[in-house]
Amino acid sequence: MQAILALEDGRVFRGKGYGAKGECSGEVLTNPEIGNYGTNPEDNEATRPYIEGLIVREFSKVSSNWRSQQVADEYMEQFRIPVLADIDTRALVRHLRDNGVMRGVISTLESDSDKLVAKARSIPKMDGTDLAKVVSTNHTYVWEMGERSHLPDEVVGVKDEPPRFHVVAYDFGIKQNILRKLRGEGCKVTVVPAQTPAEDVLALKPDGVFLSNGPGDPEPCTYAVDNIRRLMGRQPIFGICLGHQLTGIALGGKTFKLKFGHHGGNHPVKQLQSGKVEITAHNHNFAVDPDSLPQSEVELTHMDLNDNTLEGMRHRNLPLFTVQYHPEAAPGPHDSHYLFKDFVRMMEEFKG
Amino acid sequence: MPKRTDISKILILGSGPIVIGQSAEFDYSGTQACKALKAEGFEVVLANSNPATIMTDPELADRTYIEPLTLEYLEEIIRIERAMSPSAGFAVLPTVGGQTALNLAIELADGGILEKYNVHLIGAQISAIKKAEDRLFFKDAMQRIGLDVPKSALVNNIKDGLEFAGKIGFPVIIRPSFTLGGTGGGIAYNREELMEVLARGLDLSPVHECLIEESVLGWKEYELEVMRDTKDNVIIICSIENFDPMGVHTGDSITVAPAQTLTDREYQMMRDASIAVIREIGVETGGSNIQFGVNPSTGRMVVIEMNPRVSRSSALASKATGFPIAKIAAKLAVGYTLDEIPNDITRKTPACFEPTLDYVVVKIPKWQFEKFPGADESLGPQMKSVGEVMAIGRTFKEALQKGIRALDTGKRVGSGKIEPKILTQRLVTPHPDRLAYVQYAIRQGHPIKQIAKMTSIDPWFLYQLKEINDMQLELEKHPMESVPTEIVREAKRMGFSDGRLAGVWRLDGKGGQEKIRHFRKKHKLKPVYKRVDTCAAEFESFTPYMYSTYEEEDEAAPTSKKKIIILGSGPNRIGQGIEFDYCCCHASYALREDGYETIMINCNPETVSTDYDTSDRLYFEPLTLEDVFAICEHEASTGAPVGVIVQFGGQTPLNLSLPLKAAGIHVIGTSPESIDLAEDRKRFGKLLEELDIPQAPGAMVTSPEEAVEAAKKIGFPVLVRPSYVLGGRAMVIAFDEDSIMQYMKQAVEYSHDRPILIDKFLEDAIEVDVDALSDGEDVVIGGIMQHIEEAGIHSGDSSCVLPAVDIPEAQLKVMRDYTFKLARALKVIGLMNIQFAIPRECRDGSSTRPSGAEPRSQADSNSKVYVIEVNPRASRTVPYVSKATGVPLAKIAARLMTGRKLREFLPEFIEQAKDLDTGRCFYVKSPVFPWSKFPGVDTVLGPEMKSTGEVMGVADNFGEAFYKAQLAAGQKLPTQGTVFISVNDQDKPHVAQIAKRFFELGFKLVATHGTADLIENSGLPVDRVYKVKEGRPNPVDLIKAERIQLIVNTPHGPDPYFDEKAIRRAAVTARIPTITTISAARAAADGIAALQRGEVKVQALQALHAERVAKL
Repeated sequence: MQAILALEDGRVFRGKGYGAKGECSGEVLTNPEIGNYGTNPEDNEATRPYIEGLIVREFSKVSSNWRSQQVADEYMEQFRIPVLADIDTRALVRHLRDNGVMRGVISTLESDSDKLVAKARSIPKMDGTDLAKVVSTNHTYVWEMGERSHLPDEVVGVKDEPPRFHVVAYDFGIKQNILRKLRGEGCKVTVVPAQTPAEDVLALKPDGVFLSNGPGDPEPCTYAVDNIRRLMGRQPIFGICLGHQLTGIALGGKTFKLKFGHHGGNHPVKQLQSGKVEITAHNHNFAVDPDSLPQSEVELTHMDLNDNTLEGMRHRNLPLFTVQYHPEAAPGPHDSHYLFKDFVRMMEEFKG
Repeated sequence: MPKRTDISKILILGSGPIVIGQSAEFDYSGTQACKALKAEGFEVVLANSNPATIMTDPELADRTYIEPLTLEYLEEIIRIERAMSPSAGFAVLPTVGGQTALNLAIELADGGILEKYNVHLIGAQISAIKKAEDRLFFKDAMQRIGLDVPKSALVNNIKDGLEFAGKIGFPVIIRPSFTLGGTGGGIAYNREELMEVLARGLDLSPVHECLIEESVLGWKEYELEVMRDTKDNVIIICSIENFDPMGVHTGDSITVAPAQTLTDREYQMMRDASIAVIREIGVETGGSNIQFGVNPSTGRMVVIEMNPRVSRSSALASKATGFPIAKIAAKLAVGYTLDEIPNDITRKTPACFEPTLDYVVVKIPKWQFEKFPGADESLGPQMKSVGEVMAIGRTFKEALQKGIRALDTGKRVGSGKIEPKILTQRLVTPHPDRLAYVQYAIRQGHPIKQIAKMTSIDPWFLYQLKEINDMQLELEKHPMESVPTEIVREAKRMGFSDGRLAGVWRLDGKGGQEKIRHFRKKHKLKPVYKRVDTCAAEFESFTPYMYSTYEEEDEAAPTSKKKIIILGSGPNRIGQGIEFDYCCCHASYALREDGYETIMINCNPETVSTDYDTSDRLYFEPLTLEDVFAICEHEASTGAPVGVIVQFGGQTPLNLSLPLKAAGIHVIGTSPESIDLAEDRKRFGKLLEELDIPQAPGAMVTSPEEAVEAAKKIGFPVLVRPSYVLGGRAMVIAFDEDSIMQYMKQAVEYSHDRPILIDKFLEDAIEVDVDALSDGEDVVIGGIMQHIEEAGIHSGDSSCVLPAVDIPEAQLKVMRDYTFKLARALKVIGLMNIQFAIPRECRDGSSTRPSGAEPRSQADSNSKVYVIEVNPRASRTVPYVSKATGVPLAKIAARLMTGRKLREFLPEFIEQAKDLDTGRCFYVKSPVFPWSKFPGVDTVLGPEMKSTGEVMGVADNFGEAFYKAQLAAGQKLPTQGTVFISVNDQDKPHVAQIAKRFFELGFKLVATHGTADLIENSGLPVDRVYKVKEGRPNPVDLIKAERIQLIVNTPHGPDPYFDEKAIRRAAVTARIPTITTISAARAAADGIAALQRGEVKVQALQALHAERVAKL
């Protein structure tokens, strides 16, 4: 099956299609070899993969791993996600690096590349789009499961121990491993929709509030910013990724779109206080401008060593800290797991 | 934390000679460390016994000691260095010189020497080294941090071993403590085998200890390269997955980076474990390598071992990712932290990150069992390969196929039928050719599941091989004339070589590949070049480190500067090793200085030449005509002048010289025609005749009958060998017709293009190597090296000395004269090497002088000098001669190839017709052999090279230099005991004097009858033994009974040849030094005298060279 990727600036890549037949559009990321080890349900981070399409150099037709239950091809087809393979993905990365992130369309149906380029240009830009409310849960639910080892019959964490804290987590596009990590640290987690008012959250009597990751531009999510302002100081708050950006705005700061976002599991982030470096998982296109933050209230805690963008901050007086990256890291390195413990300690101290 | 200021002087320990398990990778790491620390302003002192290394170049350290790597010599180096700067902060860096350096560090610490001279260890502390190296400590440590390890127990006797094996069940793995590359290790499937392997392992372990371990055979094997700094930042540089499952030493496994069949969950668990391991072991700074086994059906992960130092795998990881582990490790050792060190490749980002790969790297080992008939060729926990290649592709399939062609094996996968029983055996038992058998099985349609079960190779890898096979079948469906371009494009993207495509369409012979090339050209199928940049293109890269692939975008646009392409030597082999890499690097350094853009092509990840900052551009590519030609074409596409150097990389690039020229590539230096002429027996013989240079009578033959006929005409013994080989591949001395017949029928392949050469073997002769520089007009001799082994031993296996110690001046002059004539006749531009033989006539009495260097003055008209062979290229001895003379021969040679003249560099030597000067010292080069890796293999030396590496001994007298070289090669001369003496008729006039010398040194004498008579006549007491063929007791019995400590045996003729073989075999097993010439015997006596006086003297190379410059 032939497939085409067309970018908004007119560049076109032709390759082979796998997964679902069809067409998809969005911002563009890539990977060289995918599918070697297949898929399995325990590693899923959401009920379905939240990508529109997948672009790879080599898409493995077979999988080999003792946990593999489904080859990637079937998995992608099941979720109606088209895959474009056999293109020069490195050329694509270099193109995006030099020209910035852009919109694109993958199609296995249309062979006229001009039409696809036109289509790419007509996709709404991510800037100014509130995607959080689109992907968020539409109902409140309680998360019960702690971390599981991928080894058979082995559960890491305290699944059966009674929880010591109650955390309410705003779902702006939350990853399940965050919930597992929180549960693993002894927290009962109630997940609420993105637009849940602060008062409703407080009514749940939480010991702490978690602000999740999520896609899109933080600026249009004014409801979330308002809620955070109302929660600040009332309960300990820990935010990551979009949650961090929303907090930045709530604290009076500004966000901006990076020329090319941070993606991948190898970003060095320095803890400014200790000078130690942690290798972290990133997936963000926006960042908080540190100069826009009120220095008297906000302490900068983490910086990215690659491009010196802000990766973490803490309120000087209130129980509140956030990081831009993914401490739950699934996939990704585990260097930042300590942050969940910090959150628990903050709740302990707040409780007194 | 910034640089430590409490240290100003650092001693770097090298790894000594190249041996199996410890190869050029430590020249690469040591060189990086030297450069990095010098750049940081430290006073760098280097100790290494291996003269063939780049790291021992005098510019790389402030003082370079080419001395034996033993406690005594290191103490003397430390003593002198401490005395030179009494108050300096002085440290030893032991983590870049392999296991050798780590073991030395332990000895230095345990011997109290570090304390005595107030020297610190940096890189790794003794406690960490011991914890990682001692298997029991290691196991405890792993269990303490909750990591799983295979069940195991340390034993120091057979009984305990058997008992434990009974408990955990067979098979079990035996690993001797503290040996290199798993030496002496093995697998035992039953009690009998366990007793045998364990006995050997206990013997080889310096602490007489072995680990008996639960077998994890067939499990998946992974390695992680980890780095840590003083701030406890830990990063993973690279994950490596082994194609061959557990049970095969990782050095003998095909390995793949990054890991291909781990999910992120599993990988992160391994990452967490690695970080925990490096912390628990306590490696404070630097790199470590941690190996894991994973049960393929349950996922159970066990820690196998860790190396608290840079390793072969870290060299591979550095080349695979572009992250220079050794360089960074050196900086971390002096106090920097990872976030303070910039990433060379991106410049903007710090070294504190984890590299990402958007390509796949495959490493394939290179074995040379053909050199060791009788060796056990099955692969197990002890490493047996002598070298490796690495290949980079966008997919595993592409990288694997590039790697296979980079191996330069010359043979293709057999197309003949294989018996099912043999096939099963070949699949089940790991073996050097297993990959070929797997491919065969796939082609025969065996199900992947079944092959996976037999081989325990992950099915994912097998499916990749199947896809390659499917492509092959698809191609075979189409005749070349009508094959769709798209299919050929896909095949090229999978890594199919032009040669393989030619095979598909049966386009045999020279023209086949060319036809494919034209086909590709017509259809615009050509490779593009991508960069290795540590970050999968996330950031811009500044270092042009490239690989080819068939993709859309080329990102290595060539410049329009004048450029020189240097062809490297490919995988290390016996006879084609690090010496050639040294020459290639030097060519690059010199021409870079001269303003050329230098471009290196090589596929050996162990080397300095494949370091990204050795040349202006590095193409990590196979050294085949297809790949080299494509790069030449690419680089010339801007219209820039491109010259190619083929004469520095040994035989591999040399074989490309004519085809490259035929394809229109400009080969610089000595012309390909001259190179070819020197290899062509007939034409070369004619040239020698014209020049009036004598050559031993010889012939070229292409059938067994012709061979016997020729040998009879020439007269036995004869030297028989194929043409166009290096390292004396398949070369033998034949004393009778039978051995010739046998050789022609079994030993080698030959054809009219590649005939067999038969030469008179000049039995009783001194052999000599000469290296010379020539610009086509002027010639300067770099060194005249006298072999100090008997004639007939390959020059690479023979110890030799510079300057020559007892060759009469008249003969030296003849050799110079011939060298000049040949260089001019062959229009040599660059380097040449000539081997001479000086037969001794009974009456000449040329060796009556006591040892010493003063050249003999009387003319010796009776002796003729014969040319054995001429190689118009860099030889194995170039680095050794360069270190002895202080003149960088390869650099000058490279410059001559660009048209510069010898007069610019060495005018005084041309005017006075002088050889390069070795000053007041003697430089002895001695070989190192891999016998301990191949138990049961014939240890007799002959014209086929078997040594893997070399060492150099330096002293102001020949005896001490000889003794040091022997010691550095692991052969300690005795200071007391019994010496066995047996000499041939020619040597008999000197035997009394030699015997007297040993007698005066306190040795008892034992001799065979003829020799004993002479010794007795001179009034010395001597015991008598029979010759081996005569009866018993003979020398072999005495050796086995440990009643002989030194052997002086100068044989000739078929019968003594037999004796000599038997004695040599026994001596190697018992590790007793064997001396085969009178010159060496004198040297040994002098050396022993020095040893008895307890003299330990060391000299820095820089000081020796400075003396000579001062003299000029």
